[in-house]
Amino acid sequence: MFPDSKIPEGSIAEKWDKHKFNVKLVNPANKRKYDIIVVGTGLAGGAAAASLAELGYNVKAFTYHDSPRRAHSIAAQGGINAAKNYQNDGDSVYRLFYDTVKGGDYRAREANVYRLAQVSVNIIDQCVAQGVPFAREYGGLLANRSFGGAQVSRTFYARGQTGQQLLLGAYSALSRQISYGKVKMYTRSELLDVVVIDGQARGIVTRNLVNGKIESHTAHAVVLATGGYGNVFYLSTNAKYCNVTAAWRAHKKGAYFANPCFTQIHPTCIPVSGDYQSKLTLMSESLRNDGRVWVPKTVEMAERLRKGEIHVNDIKEEERDYFLERKYPAFGNLVPRDVASRNAKQMCDEGRGVGSSGLAVYLDFADVIKRIGEEAVSQKYGNLFDMYAKITDENPYKQPMRIYPAVHYTMGGLWVDYNLQTTIPGLYATGECNFSDHGANRLGASALMQGLADGYFVIPYTIGDYLAKTPAKLEDSNKVAINAQHPAFVAAEQEVRDRTAKFLAMRGNRTPDEFHKALGHIMWEYCGMARNAKGLTFAKAEIQKLRREFWQDLKLVGSGEEMNQALEKAGRVADFLELGELMVDDALNRNESCGGHFREEYQDEKGEAQRDDENYAYVAAWEFMGDNQPERLNKEPLVFENVKLSKRSYE
Amino acid sequence: MAGSNPNAKPMNLTLNVWRQPNRDAQGQIVEYKVKDISPDMSFLEMLDVLNEDLLHQGQDPVAFDHDCREGICGSCDLFINGRSHGPEKGTTTCQLHMRKFSDGDTITIEPWRAHAFPVNKDLSVDRSAFDRIIQAGGYVNVNTGGAPDGNEIPIPKDIADRAFEAATCIGCGACVAACKNASAMLFVSAKVSQLALLPQGQVERKTRVENMVAQMDIEGFGACTNIGSCAAECPVGISLENIAMLNREFLAAKATSNNLA
Amino acid sequence: MSWFTKTFTSSIGRKIIMSITGLFLCSFLVIHLVGNLQLFKHDNGAAFNIYSHFMGTNPIIRTIEWVLVLGFGFHIYEAIALTGKNKKARGTGYVVNHSEQNSEWTSRNMGLLGTVILVFLIVHLYNFFWRARFGELDPDINNNDDLYTLVVSSFQQWWYVALYVLAQVSLGYHLWHGFRSAFQTLGLNHRKYTPVIKAVGYGFAVIVSATFAAMPLYFFLGLDKIQ
Repeated sequence: MFPDSKIPEGSIAEKWDKHKFNVKLVNPANKRKYDIIVVGTGLAGGAAAASLAELGYNVKAFTYHDSPRRAHSIAAQGGINAAKNYQNDGDSVYRLFYDTVKGGDYRAREANVYRLAQVSVNIIDQCVAQGVPFAREYGGLLANRSFGGAQVSRTFYARGQTGQQLLLGAYSALSRQISYGKVKMYTRSELLDVVVIDGQARGIVTRNLVNGKIESHTAHAVVLATGGYGNVFYLSTNAKYCNVTAAWRAHKKGAYFANPCFTQIHPTCIPVSGDYQSKLTLMSESLRNDGRVWVPKTVEMAERLRKGEIHVNDIKEEERDYFLERKYPAFGNLVPRDVASRNAKQMCDEGRGVGSSGLAVYLDFADVIKRIGEEAVSQKYGNLFDMYAKITDENPYKQPMRIYPAVHYTMGGLWVDYNLQTTIPGLYATGECNFSDHGANRLGASALMQGLADGYFVIPYTIGDYLAKTPAKLEDSNKVAINAQHPAFVAAEQEVRDRTAKFLAMRGNRTPDEFHKALGHIMWEYCGMARNAKGLTFAKAEIQKLRREFWQDLKLVGSGEEMNQALEKAGRVADFLELGELMVDDALNRNESCGGHFREEYQDEKGEAQRDDENYAYVAAWEFMGDNQPERLNKEPLVFENVKLSKRSYE
Repeated sequence: MAGSNPNAKPMNLTLNVWRQPNRDAQGQIVEYKVKDISPDMSFLEMLDVLNEDLLHQGQDPVAFDHDCREGICGSCDLFINGRSHGPEKGTTTCQLHMRKFSDGDTITIEPWRAHAFPVNKDLSVDRSAFDRIIQAGGYVNVNTGGAPDGNEIPIPKDIADRAFEAATCIGCGACVAACKNASAMLFVSAKVSQLALLPQGQVERKTRVENMVAQMDIEGFGACTNIGSCAAECPVGISLENIAMLNREFLAAKATSNNLA
Repeated sequence: MSWFTKTFTSSIGRKIIMSITGLFLCSFLVIHLVGNLQLFKHDNGAAFNIYSHFMGTNPIIRTIEWVLVLGFGFHIYEAIALTGKNKKARGTGYVVNHSEQNSEWTSRNMGLLGTVILVFLIVHLYNFFWRARFGELDPDINNNDDLYTLVVSSFQQWWYVALYVLAQVSLGYHLWHGFRSAFQTLGLNHRKYTPVIKAVGYGFAVIVSATFAAMPLYFFLGLDKIQ
């Protein structure tokens, strides 16, 4: 039987309020007797750690960074959505809810999304009170812009650095609680295992990345806010350290992993320039408001371009194929992310890609520059153009940009119920780490919203329900006190040490990065923008083979008792090698195309995605059954009572 | 394999890299050679190449901090050829590209140097002193919930913009590294200015600056002598106006606060 | 420690003392310079000696003299204290450091410049102030101590003139940075006025140091003999 998703009764608009009333509370005087571990200090983790400490809980917060201000939430550019309706343009909680469910291609849970839209308004107030310098109008009120194809202006922003400003807000709230002694901060500490005793999460085992010490930390509850797993593709817009290890360790201890194949590919990234490439850089989607996407009409011309025989500016107007405008006359260059990405890939597959690698399409600003002038274009996009020029050494005012899609966000993640609790009682997952709110595709400016909603306004209420039922005195069913000396922790520590020793003992020939690149290549080719059963089956075997090689031929030097960045990397790659296979399984299982998951077998005659609501309107929640064993699929049916299922069409 | 510029020639470089096994060990400059470096590589990708080479040779790779590689997280922190984040203005190390160097160049790479930033290993330093300064008062004392509507207090656009500019500090420490005095004034001033400019920061305006400056001194950063290398090397262009504002805030707070301690 | 001593031993507090004493010393430079302009008068030093007699005997001036001593004292003391603190703050130095690419030489070398000025000051005080106040100088035609003759004879020696010129170049550079720096430390930075402060500071540095340097050169080159 599938675990209870604990969606409250009642109409969608009342669920959260009713639930807040019905959940059990912990007496204020008792809160200080409870310890909560928060892993990750991005938007979700930082906000959760600060808010829980404000309530009186003792919080231990962990990050592998040198400071809780560096999580990759910081890199979000565009903004954060909130249903404030400050612009009087007809926005409402219901509209934000509706847009998010539809944008997610009807693969998200209605109740969670509605709550997200409800608390979105509180987030803005909270951030303003913290001193987050949002953009303002001349009259001094908050400014909004429309973003990601939304028909209302509900996106709040701080120039192109919204994520940074929001994260620094959460960091300041966290710093305040650290100074009060309510949060104990552990920096440069990486989670290497979750400890479950009598079926309840009771703590974690970490490695100190400076001196290599393995440490046990106990708590009454553990909150994972450890982000997404986009780096399974090696190249992504994620930061280099982003990894799945925390979520994967939890998964292997019993937490279900939901919809792992739902990956968002962002269309406007700077293309790969060589084998040495270490990560991809995203450029704001807003560029597509004025840029026109094209490739040469013929393969021959594209080939001459790639060889450098002709210059892009030599190609005449009639020799260009503005393929998005041609195929989607109504939306043109502004089609959603997944559609734009897929079409770019298709052009390159046809051999019409540009750049020396042939894996790029043009994003051309010549028209808009002609229309409003270079000055005005620079006002709008100056910082993006500068960034592009810095990285590519090309001047986008004089020649078109080259863009290509890149992995950006993972909608899948640990399965959680309405309380954000995983299938392990006492273990919670927030932010990108969970699967809950974005379905098969995330709308722009919604990731920041979800991270902060979970951290500031959801987990502080819902975790109390669990803690109220948990005795303050931590002991197992045999009345043995739970502390670092408890057999379960001793065993977990030993397991971590053994694993580290195993990595170091191989002294093989291939580095962690080489394995990671090989995995990324498989994932991108067969489980990327477009997937098919044959490719996925092939990929599964390839990943298994690579994983075997990894455990025989890994090359590391040094020891585990020192700062050893290659060793850290090895641990993360080992987990990616397992996750990759699950993603492939999930993609194989889902015989439909929806959102970021496009199965080539399931498209209409025009090449558009074909969803199968009859058979696949469910959350695929995977259960770990043991190393190298097939995982068990559990299905949580998705019930849509408020939003009518319809086909997404952009023609 | 070449990227945007198919004619770009690969480069061979000599690297002088600071190696230090741990905080208490003696460090030294060690020379390495890297070959076939594409001008389109970022500086950190060049170090990735070195590290892969070292690993294959069974040598310990060079430890350095980095993460987002798009110039915003503030993790990367290399002192390259005598400059914080290298020779290009307004650029973090991760956004510095090898086309700024030439074939045959010798590049010296050192960690940030400051008493308050001890070396963890090789090029990685401990910047937790910055966190402790923020913990001393770089926040507004508001709990989650109970915040008034975001539009309740209008903030003039130019004030909001100036606060934003101060708030863009990425906390990398380039200012401290570049400063002859290893002073953290630019970092501290950015946060003090941001919150002193905004209405939300007014309530604790005096205690904030007093406590943050006190913590800055406890951490052992130097005193500002208005040299200006900090602002010149700041990858996000935090201005010296903020330091003047910090001085002003400090003087005013000390002269008028009720704090006798 | 009281809040007061805490304030002025903090890194910003010390800098505030540096800036206030620095600006005060600037005002001294103006008065000293204006008074000494009388050396250029072709009266065999009569006016200069009247002026120096007044400065040496007027009770108000004699009182302010102590304030001046305190000004120098604090300026030098804080400079030493800050230099020590700042050296310690760096710890291990860089193997390669190209600070010339991000800042002005003068801003980084205020201590060196100040030391040159201090050496000059000791020689200068010994030669003129000490001898005028405590030594025996012949009387001039007005029966004032003839400091002028001592000045003229001192400035016949090339090494003495060289020291003066070097010191004034140092002073010029010291002021080039110090003047605007003092305003910055006091928090007086504004997009409208800071450019003016900078321009005034540069002008002040050049005019003061050049005019002071002109005095020894004037006598050394015998310009006082030209009628």
